[in-house]
Amino acid sequence: MFPIVYQRQLSASVFEMGVTAPAIARKARAGQFLMLRVDEHGERIPLTFSDWSAEEGWVRFIFMRVGKTTHQLSHLVAGDSLVDVVGPLGVATHVEGLGRVAVMGGGVGAAVAYPVARAMAEAGAEVTVILGARNRELLILEDEFRALPIKELIVMTDDGSAGEKGLVTAPLKRLCEAGEIDSSMAIGPAIMMKFCAATTKEFDVPITVSLNPIMVDGTGMCGACRVSVGGETKFGCVDGPDFDGHAVDFEQLMSRQRVYSDIEREADADFSKECSCHL
Amino acid sequence: MSPVEDAAAEKPRHRPSRAPRTPMPERDARERAMTFDEVGLGYTEEMAVAEANRCIQCKNPTCIEGCPVNIDIKSFIAGIIEGDYTRAIAVLKERNALPAVCGRVCPQEEQCEASCVLARKGEPVAIGRLERWLGDFDLSCDLEHRCAPVVGEPSGRRVAVVGSGPAGLACAGELRRFGHAVTVFESLHAPGGVLTYGIPEFRLPKAIVQAEIEMLEVMGVELVTDVVVGATYTLDDLLGEEGFDAVFVGNGAGLPMFLGVPGENLNGVYSANEFLTRVNLMKAYEFPTYDTPVARGRKVAVVGGGNVAMDAARTAKRLGAEEVFLVYRRSEDEMPARREEVHHAREEGIEFKMLCSPAEIVGRDGFVTGMVATRMELTEPDASGRRAPVCVLDSDFTIECDTVIIALGTRANPLLSQTTPDLEVSSRGYIVTDEDGATNKPGVFAGGDIVTGSATVILAMGAGKKAAQAIDRWLDATKRS
Ligand SMILES: Cc1cc2nc3c(=O)[nH]c(=O)nc-3n(C[C@H](O)[C@H](O)[C@H](O)COP(=O)(O)OP(=O)(O)OC[C@H]3O[C@@H](n4cnc5c(N)ncnc54)[C@H](O)[C@@H]3O)c2cc1C
Ligand SMILES: Cc1cc2nc3c(=O)[nH]c(=O)nc-3n(C[C@H](O)[C@H](O)[C@H](O)COP(=O)(O)OP(=O)(O)OC[C@H]3O[C@@H](n4cnc5c(N)ncnc54)[C@H](O)[C@@H]3O)c2cc1C
Ligand code: SF4
Ligand code: SF4
Ligand code: FES
Repeated sequence: MFPIVYQRQLSASVFEMGVTAPAIARKARAGQFLMLRVDEHGERIPLTFSDWSAEEGWVRFIFMRVGKTTHQLSHLVAGDSLVDVVGPLGVATHVEGLGRVAVMGGGVGAAVAYPVARAMAEAGAEVTVILGARNRELLILEDEFRALPIKELIVMTDDGSAGEKGLVTAPLKRLCEAGEIDSSMAIGPAIMMKFCAATTKEFDVPITVSLNPIMVDGTGMCGACRVSVGGETKFGCVDGPDFDGHAVDFEQLMSRQRVYSDIEREADADFSKECSCHL
Repeated sequence: MSPVEDAAAEKPRHRPSRAPRTPMPERDARERAMTFDEVGLGYTEEMAVAEANRCIQCKNPTCIEGCPVNIDIKSFIAGIIEGDYTRAIAVLKERNALPAVCGRVCPQEEQCEASCVLARKGEPVAIGRLERWLGDFDLSCDLEHRCAPVVGEPSGRRVAVVGSGPAGLACAGELRRFGHAVTVFESLHAPGGVLTYGIPEFRLPKAIVQAEIEMLEVMGVELVTDVVVGATYTLDDLLGEEGFDAVFVGNGAGLPMFLGVPGENLNGVYSANEFLTRVNLMKAYEFPTYDTPVARGRKVAVVGGGNVAMDAARTAKRLGAEEVFLVYRRSEDEMPARREEVHHAREEGIEFKMLCSPAEIVGRDGFVTGMVATRMELTEPDASGRRAPVCVLDSDFTIECDTVIIALGTRANPLLSQTTPDLEVSSRGYIVTDEDGATNKPGVFAGGDIVTGSATVILAMGAGKKAAQAIDRWLDATKRS
């Protein structure tokens, strides 16, 4: 059992949670993820570390309520426990010797961008962070990013309710055009990463993307998480989750993410019927 | 004189029966294709005794050599003949900690039963079925009345076991007999390895695996799930900070292989590992009571000819598929699956498409709609007697299907070896060991599929047990003074 020690709601559908997991906390690094199960009937789902403390023995993650498991998770509070937490999984994000780098976090992707930007800055990179959200309500971690030793934070919203109005690709394009970045990293919905990759490609600026294919075990055993990168099949969980954004087949990734949409929606609808919260 | 021979000497001479081999009752094929309940129903006591009585108690029991762990088959059968089941179980467990499992899944027809003298003239003694019956008999007793191997005096030494498959479990049990403290680390949330996530319920009920594991816990084996060695701890952490005196690595060969044909990443294409894991480990067949989904295909094509392919095909059928095709490159004679499994698959209505090789998987809107296959023919046998499959020109045809399951075998998962650069592995990533399971790294031993490549449950158990003995010797030799 992994006790929940911390829970906080960041927006209408985004939550942060901390659990006691000393062995995992000692090894966690930026860009890596964990797999968890809520209860004995639960699915294994992957979530990326948003923070951790080796000294205090906890790890945190931020999740968006999208289906049954994240829905159940959103009902748990400090004092409850998760049956399983495994990690750290995946290859840590490469943060050394990056020079000037732009980090894009779209939606809940900001949660992953946070430790990545922090690790890059700690490793000496000059980091520009671009956060994108649909509106002010959905913008997360803005204060936390402002507290990091980064060069600049640019906020973009679809409706202009915070920061500039527009998509993250607009400032990304400006930075590329001005020759102000040597490389970049995008974390967020597949479609956002796809457009970031297209933007940087024009200027030959390298881009790393953090992929989120559907997973079962997270340890290389099943191949559910396979993605096409440069025409080769890779396993997201052990070869990634970070890949060269210019080589990724995003269409396939998006298609594979939809494989269970219909049946999952049923399961969540069943659960919501019994559930007292108003999703 | 051993107690067994002693007992035999006092009893009137055993008169073997000449009855034909006792068949084991099975669930009806039509009924069973709709449920995950076990297919084989096992012997009753009368059947077991009748079958045991067919054994002629050879002076030179050749059956024993056929068993990879050399179970004293003659003696355990003698125990059944004489009605001393407790002794029979003790004889079995002396060599095999999981008889209820091996009695079900061992390829007996190629091992012990192939070496039984009766096989030469007719039908061998059904050794596997007797083993299963005894194993089940033992498990049907309360925990405190089961046959528990004696645990040794605490040695003060600690051994870590990586992986809770048959190799790891056998190693752990044996180490307890020597009195060493044992902690088993398992990366998944449930122990058992392939016994839990691979072999389906209808062939090996999970309650049996669970009960066998409980026994190990009673023996004092500590089991820690949710730990990926190579990630949560490295091997060096275990030998350093975590304070273990030795490590046994039994992490299996769990990395699935794919065909490398176009369309393989379409939705509806699974590795057998994923398909079986979703169904067995995550209980997707009880979705939405359990949260993990699996595609319930209407027409399913399974690629491969081994036990894994049979398991996947029969599982797909049970999930409600109307048609399940087994697509294999060679002919039925070359199929590596157990005859019994092939027979069961046929009975359950699996269609065999032999001498076919997948060339492409085709789809619409991201989902599978069919598989293009090429017809094959076999060449004349070469010097080694092997007949190679070759393509028949312009013979492509399409099999309509909405799900494809690829059961081509597995390779070594590099997760652990990558984080232990000084551990010697072969060019294909398998851990290199000597005969006793010792690796090139002091204090690190290995066995099972990670050393041999995909093999069998009993071979993995044998390797785990042998390594435990080597670990015991190594601990003795390195005793802290
Ligand atoms: C390496 C990795 C890291 C991730 N990190 C985070 C994170 O830090 N925060 C976060 O909120 N989410 C993260 N995700 C996505 C998260 O795992 C899914 O949102 C979660 O599994 C959904 O579970 P559910 O039961 O609530 O929803 P489901 O009912 O399973 O699915 C609801 C919807 O989400 C889609 N979906 C399901 N699984 C995934 C997936 N793996 N990726 C994308 N879409 C999916 C489904 O198609 C469906 O439309 C990560 C995914 C991966 C692979
Ligand atoms: C579908 C299927 C059907 C089969 N049918 C038969 C049959 O009928 N008869 C037969 O004799 N054999 C059969 N086999 C083969 C047999 O199951 C294997 O040879 C045997 O299980 C190998 O045992 P093992 O202990 O080496 O590995 P496994 O059983 O693979 O166990 C390895 C364990 O280690 C864990 N692990 C992996 N990496 C790590 C890590 N880094 N840290 C911690 N834990 C880790 C895994 O999760 C797993 O639990 C079948 C195999 C499959 C897949
Ligand atoms: S372990 Fe397997 S090979 Fe050995 S006697 Fe039992 S069934 Fe036969
Ligand atoms: S070889 Fe066959 S008949 Fe002889 S002892 Fe073994 S099982 Fe019995
Ligand atoms: S999630 Fe199973 S191999 Fe990656």
